[in-house]
Amino acid sequence: MTILSLRDIKKHFGATPALDGVDLDLQKGEVHALIGENGAGKSTLMNILFGALRPDSGTMTLNNKPYAPDNTLDSRKSGISLIHQELLLAPHLSVAENILMGNEPRRFGWLDRKTMNAEARKVLESFDHPEIDVEAKVATLSIAAQQVVEICRAIAAKSEIILMDEPTSSLPRDDVRRLFAQILRLSAAGISIIYISHFLEEIREIADSFTVLRDGRSVASGKIADVSDDDLISNMVGRSVERLFPVREHSKYTETVLEVRELSAPPRLRSAGFELKRGEILGIAGLMGSGRSELLRALFCIETAASGSIKVNGKMLAATSGSPAGRIRYGIGYLSEDRKSEGLALALSIGDNLTMTRYSSCSSYGWLNLTKQSEQAEKLIDNVGIKAQDSEQKVGALSGGNQQKVAIARLIYQDADVLLLDEPTRGIDIGSKAQVYQTIAECAKKGKAVLLISSYLPELFGMCDRLAVMSRGRLTAARPISEWTPESAMRSAIGSGTQTAN
Amino acid sequence: MSDEITNIPAAPVQSFFRRWLTVLGPFLGLALVIIAFSILTGSPEKYLSPFNIRIVLSQTVIVAISSIGMTIIIISGGIDLSVGSVIALAGVVTALCINAGVDPIFAVCAGVAAGGIVGLFNALAITGLRVVPFIATLGTLGIARGIAKWIAGQEPVNVAPTWINELVVTFPDPPWLVLSIGVWVAIILAVLTAVVLRRTVFGRRVFALGSNEAAARACGISTGRLRIWIYSLAGLFFGLAGVMQMSRLRQGDPTVAAGSELDIIAAVVIGGGSLNGGQGSVLGSIIGALIMAFLRNGCQQMGWPNYVQEIIIGAIIVFAVAIDQFRTRDSK
Repeated sequence: MTILSLRDIKKHFGATPALDGVDLDLQKGEVHALIGENGAGKSTLMNILFGALRPDSGTMTLNNKPYAPDNTLDSRKSGISLIHQELLLAPHLSVAENILMGNEPRRFGWLDRKTMNAEARKVLESFDHPEIDVEAKVATLSIAAQQVVEICRAIAAKSEIILMDEPTSSLPRDDVRRLFAQILRLSAAGISIIYISHFLEEIREIADSFTVLRDGRSVASGKIADVSDDDLISNMVGRSVERLFPVREHSKYTETVLEVRELSAPPRLRSAGFELKRGEILGIAGLMGSGRSELLRALFCIETAASGSIKVNGKMLAATSGSPAGRIRYGIGYLSEDRKSEGLALALSIGDNLTMTRYSSCSSYGWLNLTKQSEQAEKLIDNVGIKAQDSEQKVGALSGGNQQKVAIARLIYQDADVLLLDEPTRGIDIGSKAQVYQTIAECAKKGKAVLLISSYLPELFGMCDRLAVMSRGRLTAARPISEWTPESAMRSAIGSGTQTAN
Repeated sequence: MSDEITNIPAAPVQSFFRRWLTVLGPFLGLALVIIAFSILTGSPEKYLSPFNIRIVLSQTVIVAISSIGMTIIIISGGIDLSVGSVIALAGVVTALCINAGVDPIFAVCAGVAAGGIVGLFNALAITGLRVVPFIATLGTLGIARGIAKWIAGQEPVNVAPTWINELVVTFPDPPWLVLSIGVWVAIILAVLTAVVLRRTVFGRRVFALGSNEAAARACGISTGRLRIWIYSLAGLFFGLAGVMQMSRLRQGDPTVAAGSELDIIAAVVIGGGSLNGGQGSVLGSIIGALIMAFLRNGCQQMGWPNYVQEIIIGAIIVFAVAIDQFRTRDSK
């Protein structure tokens, strides 16, 4: 039974078409994946369904009735809820208050706390989470429990359709599995789900059917079981991706740039040691929270290491003290996994962001040479393939993929010898990914040493010369990539050499 | 499978000590100030005499009533810098009304309403013109002060004696009231507002707005309308504070209460309010106002010059917020 159908939805922002003819049919109780590169129009479509935006033309039919929400309150009343990429909870309020936010039980304006707690408890129980205390403040819950609260809010609103916008992007693997179990449960209860994700594996695991958006149009749809990943990707990018990963030649360099021994930064990072040569890409696999990000952060002095030694270009550095500024002077560059809050100054221009680590190259006596700065920035924009108007454009106005390219271009500008890259392709579209891989490979070719952290094993296998695995704060010895298989890497990551996980 | 789903990691528990620090912190601070000055002045029986306490309470009324309104705004994630000017404007409006022969009760209503109108204006600037609260209310700080001076003819408006002048006297008439009417009004309003914030849908939505505005909006809460209510309601409190100010001076002075917005915001912050929103309590803010009042009074009794008070109060604000940081650091 079709619960929601969209026909020829169009939406323009000024002269730019964001949606240019989208058709979508959602069946009752199915998980429908919405796939597309960043900028393909997925978020715009979600906002239209959720009533935050109004389409210019086209028809929407919900339960055989025309559907045209004026605002988000309308869409909630019509049974459509949105679960956002970042959790939208009020941390200072209780679980029950969050679950029933917006339709609190009341008597003449007075909050009926007893009914509210009882209703919230009922929803949590129906969802098999009676252990979550409805009176606890949301800030005190784990992320997994917070996600449950967010889903329960959608259930409490008597939603028939739940929109999920990259719900797993900030979740560790365990929580992703829990979320999937919850999605299956929702769909078994007859609730339909529209699911946005960049991870094709995820979509295969959870979705029944799919719609691919490209340049604001729906270009393909059907049952997920009937298509191959290659078909999906070629539909997304509009061309078949010959190779996502660049071909890499064997490195001609032999000198060791970075030598790390017994580095620890409790509680997450217990012990890590490795060597990194010029022109080499060393991959680090591991689960989220295994200590892999902390390794990079300790190397770059964002977190303080407790013990260990670090040698760069033959010079010993103080491992347990120092500052990022000092590390940059020694030729180390760091790319944060969280580009929005830690990586980029979103309100500043591309030029400012690119040159931030090395203003010295476009200034004299503290005065910026703006012409020089924009020249250098424009050059990098071309080199890395950033899609932007000019170097004056604010970074916040770029798509996620292009923001990430700015962050990586900054490392190139910094001319660092050692690149510490934490999840360089997280949350960006496939086209941008290919460009990021190309850029990383070129850096290695020029003799930079790269340390690459990723949750995405194909990326590590496609890019790295050697691989080490972080598990519970300990780094295994690095071995050539040919000696690893994705299965053996995963086994090391979950620490099941002898005993099994769980 | 079901095992795996239900087995959600336990929540990090805030330490007992930290949790109590939130609730008791302001009380401890107040106790500390009182004890310190009881010892310093060398005559606790004088510092803590009913007479002196009455004086302190009467002095606190204006800041206390304003801090109730400010608490609501700060919990919602906003700020209102115009409060000092609103107090002056409301006082002038009340005084002019009395002089125009309006019945005192309506004169009071007019003063309170003047505050509400400025609050509404702030809210419309914030929601309609999309000016951030800091700037919008910085603007009305000037506008309200200017209007007050304009309608007052640039000089204090003296009023004929009415019962309004008796609102914040040290010794109330009738004596069985013990405390002045203004003090009682402040207490009743504080209790009422605390209950409204805790027990009504409006109150919880104020918290929701300050805690996570995007979440509130996604849940169908009309954040614009909510803000209009919040700033207007707070404006009424500021207007009432202005009436009290007029009562105390027995004239409507358009230059009064300049800079008092900082005292009022400080009271809320010392009382546990967070300028990031989502946190704060009326009780805490009142205690915060009392801490400053007892401190001022103590310094006066010691014969310390004004600048000492200013330094101490400044240090206390920083200290209170530092404690708050310590409290919330690990709960993340």
